[in-house]
Amino acid sequence: MKTKDKIINRVTLRFPSLSENERFARLAVSGFVSSLDPALDELSEIKTAVSEAVTNCIVHAYRDTVGEIRMELRLLEGCRLYISISDKGCGISDIDKAREPLFTTAPDEERAGLGFAIMESFTDKLRVRSRPGHGTAVTMLRALRTRKPADETRS
Amino acid sequence: MFYDGETRTVLAELSGDIDHCSAKGLRTPIDEEIMRRLPLRLILDFGNVSFMDSSGIGLIIGRCKLMTDLGGSVIAVNPQPEVKKLMELAGVQRLCSIVFKQRRSLIGGLTI
Repeated sequence: MKTKDKIINRVTLRFPSLSENERFARLAVSGFVSSLDPALDELSEIKTAVSEAVTNCIVHAYRDTVGEIRMELRLLEGCRLYISISDKGCGISDIDKAREPLFTTAPDEERAGLGFAIMESFTDKLRVRSRPGHGTAVTMLRALRTRKPADETRS
Repeated sequence: MFYDGETRTVLAELSGDIDHCSAKGLRTPIDEEIMRRLPLRLILDFGNVSFMDSSGIGLIIGRCKLMTDLGGSVIAVNPQPEVKKLMELAGVQRLCSIVFKQRRSLIGGLTI
């Protein structure tokens, strides 16, 4: 994913992998894009994608432990939202397998195995990098059909 | 949670955000009511659900499995457009009906 795009706004959050922080992460991304006045369905999709990524960190990366989740949000030129959610958890040994719809390593907890499929559907680009034993980074890019030009938000 | 003995229907009203954090707390009372009543139908009312992620899909699929084992079925009612979109993306409609209807007409004589 290109990082040389002009960054209009940027925020980085670090929080422990507690389940109640799933909601916090959704509220944070909502607040971050609120200046763009996104449509309700867009906002809902972005919140869902973030919720899936953060839940993966909590359920899989730091299973039975608490670790740090890092979420970086960038507003790029052209009303594009860049989201990076990373952890220093167990990592994924087979990313292609993990991304397959309905594949889950936690069926007993009623995980549907749809996290990555939903992130993929609700964003324009999804990239997953992982090193077993070191952690995982998920980056997503989503263009917003905003009603306000992004530059106006700077004033 | 409501039960109508005549139609052997359990109605569970869900509200707020359904995510990994809240799913477990929603699942337990529904399953307890199912095991107590052994209904033929479980109606999950999503009318007041403001947000749902794949944890909600897991919740629906889990209840569908349980109800199928008991020879019954599940109906998901009144999801908001974003919630319905996620249900359809996940293929939930292959396991249970998704409908927009007043509860009263679904449950027949049950007065709520």
